Amino acid sequence: MEVGVMKMVNMLSHEAQGKKEKLDLKETELRLGLPGTDGEIMGKNLIMNYNGKRGYQETVDLKLNLSGMDQTDHHKEKNLQKEKTPAKAQVVGWPPVRSFRKNVMAVQKNGSEETTDKAGMGGATFVKVSMDGAPYLRKVDLKMYTSYQELFDALGKMFSSFTIGMIDFMNESKLMDLLNGSEYVPTYEDKDGDWMLVGDVPWKMFVESCKRLRIMKGTEAIGLAPRAMEKCKNRS
Amino acid sequence: MAYSFPEEVLEYVFAFLSSDKDRNAVSLVCKSWYEIERWCRRRIFIGNCYAVSPQIVIRRFPEVSAVKIKGKPHFADFNLVPEGWGAYLYPWISAMARSYPWLEEIKLKRMVVTDESLELISKSFKNFKVLVLSSCEGFTTDGLASIAANCRNLRELDLKESEVEDLSGHWLSHFPDNFTSLVSLNMSCLGSEVSFSALERLVSRCPNLKTLRLNRAVPIEKLPSLLRRAPQLVEFGTGAYSAEIRTDIFSNLVEAFSGCKHLKSLSGFWDVVPAYLPAMYNVCSRITSLNLSYATVQSPDLVELISQCPNLKCLWVLDYIEDAGLKALSSYCKDLQELRVFPSDPYGAEPNVSLTEQGLVTVSAGCPKLQSVLYFCRQMSNAALIAIARNRPNLIRFRLCIIEPQAPDYLTLEPLDTGFGAIVEHCKQLRRLSLSGLLTDRVFEYIGTHAKKLEMLSIAFAGDSDLGLHYVLSGCESLRKLEIRDCPFGDKALLANAAKLETMRSLWMSSCSVSYGACKLLGQKMPRLNVEVIDERGPPDSRPETCPVEKLYVYRTVAGPRVDKPDFVWTMDEDAALRLS
Repeated sequence: MEVGVMKMVNMLSHEAQGKKEKLDLKETELRLGLPGTDGEIMGKNLIMNYNGKRGYQETVDLKLNLSGMDQTDHHKEKNLQKEKTPAKAQVVGWPPVRSFRKNVMAVQKNGSEETTDKAGMGGATFVKVSMDGAPYLRKVDLKMYTSYQELFDALGKMFSSFTIGMIDFMNESKLMDLLNGSEYVPTYEDKDGDWMLVGDVPWKMFVESCKRLRIMKGTEAIGLAPRAMEKCKNRS
Repeated sequence: MAYSFPEEVLEYVFAFLSSDKDRNAVSLVCKSWYEIERWCRRRIFIGNCYAVSPQIVIRRFPEVSAVKIKGKPHFADFNLVPEGWGAYLYPWISAMARSYPWLEEIKLKRMVVTDESLELISKSFKNFKVLVLSSCEGFTTDGLASIAANCRNLRELDLKESEVEDLSGHWLSHFPDNFTSLVSLNMSCLGSEVSFSALERLVSRCPNLKTLRLNRAVPIEKLPSLLRRAPQLVEFGTGAYSAEIRTDIFSNLVEAFSGCKHLKSLSGFWDVVPAYLPAMYNVCSRITSLNLSYATVQSPDLVELISQCPNLKCLWVLDYIEDAGLKALSSYCKDLQELRVFPSDPYGAEPNVSLTEQGLVTVSAGCPKLQSVLYFCRQMSNAALIAIARNRPNLIRFRLCIIEPQAPDYLTLEPLDTGFGAIVEHCKQLRRLSLSGLLTDRVFEYIGTHAKKLEMLSIAFAGDSDLGLHYVLSGCESLRKLEIRDCPFGDKALLANAAKLETMRSLWMSSCSVSYGACKLLGQKMPRLNVEVIDERGPPDSRPETCPVEKLYVYRTVAGPRVDKPDFVWTMDEDAALRLS
């Protein structure tokens, strides 16, 4: 937390140096999580070119053991700043780079940061898949599929010696049957770290939020269903 | 006076004239020639949509089959023109729908295009063939669906770098099953995934397809399927060029590319995994145009690719190429005509790559046919510019952007006047020039003296006084477009050269020192110009007359003041002067 506050102070004092924009209130928000990882900060009123790397530098100094972050050095492009000096205040329309290009480059930058924790190449979304009882894990690229059905088919092929119960998303009672049986049920860990039943949310939303998959025995998954429903209700 | 040539013969002769300049000249010979010419002009180019009205165009040229219209000023690309400024397509389409039922081509740049307009296009022109929307905005994929569904003879649909509200990829599926006339499709700016099977079927049934530029959402594994169905492709843009490294994907790609014996141009390459670049090597020897400007690939991988392309004429690339890569370029690609180097990190305080002025000097030395340059870098010297000018007197376009405004010669700390002076002095055919770095009035004296063929000049954070502007307006005989931002140019030079403005397409000045009073005076003096003040602070007469205006856009017109102005644009004319005072 202390790191977060220090960072705020730095950001605010840099901001005070001759800029025209108003204070972005988001910057004064206290948040948990590594500083500088909020993609929102990269908006158009950006005064400094913050990116996750800066947070990384500071946290490493404080000896927070984040071994996963070492991966980022390899995957990120050379252009990540190891800067000590703050970026200057941005002038509108300078340098003269078209919005189209700016947007594409911004997406590419954010994209590469997001996918690194999934250890994927830019544009792909690889997640680990574990199956209860299987001797080893697999990896799938969620972006290769356009629907749950396709994903289940692929998983079925991968773990061909086991069958995965098809969940009837419309039918609560069928769902309960499945969970009470000995079939397997696909579950996933989402961005918040919660374990959810696969299939509740629209496919695209699932792809964005899924961090890993676990194909559980039905009996073990039984506790997830009510939680999954609740979470959905809160979201919608 | 009796003519020995019947009209039909003259008309036949005029049909060989394709350039507007020639046709305009012919129209001025006599009334008879004017009449004949206007009836047989088929292609119209309107460089500024507010310079003329649809009614005037239609009245003069009754049988047109192709129009090209440009809307917003160039600086709109960099967010200097406020939202809602104008350049609406609809009035044009509405008028042309009635008068040009056989219109075949519409090419637009920086215009606001709505779904309504697109639908009207698709329903009004039975033989519609070509739609090019370059840097346009205001429409959604629903509009594209109308075009796909209704334009039975469509040949070309090119969305260049337009801003499209992407509701879904479903629009592509609206091309009917019996639609086979497609020659060119560029959907690279779209985000949503289109139905891949619909795309495959479309590509399969269009045997004349020569250009296919996919969007990012098409994954690399699906490329072979498309390439196999279109081995006649000449121009191809990939989608995201990345995947887990798998030999089957790689070999499929190699095989598919080898089947395309006519490929000349490649683009796309978002999210590149370098390991997949070699899949293209066997087409590289024929490649003349390569757009890697979205490819975040490091220099060694770029060099490997470029070294396979000896016939390269046009390269767009990010500054990851670095000086070393440009050196390689200059030795492998002796046919190079156009080079654009874009910044990978334009807002960073420190350089993130090893790209300096040296790279450009090397290319200018090694590539004898180089004529068009766009180069972003962080340091420049007079010595380098002089070397470039001496190496390449055949330069036609030279656009240099030194990222830090007013950056001096990094070796001597002097202004870059002599460097740019050398460019205009040696490059006698120079038509387009963009300046940057520390510049005094001196550079404008050089430009006014030497740049006699210069048509477009872009100036930012430069000059000391009105003298600079005066040199340019009084010296550059061929000047058509002048765009200036953040320069200390004011009233004197503008008013002294008012007549010059009628010989130009347009003048843009923002964050300069032109007063409201001078704008009013200019508007009064020059009735054939639209003098428009753009000011988001409110009516200019709520401030003193000496107060500088935020932005000024002046252009010649035969259509009178705009009737579709937003509330932050004021036209300075006689009436305005009376109204506002």
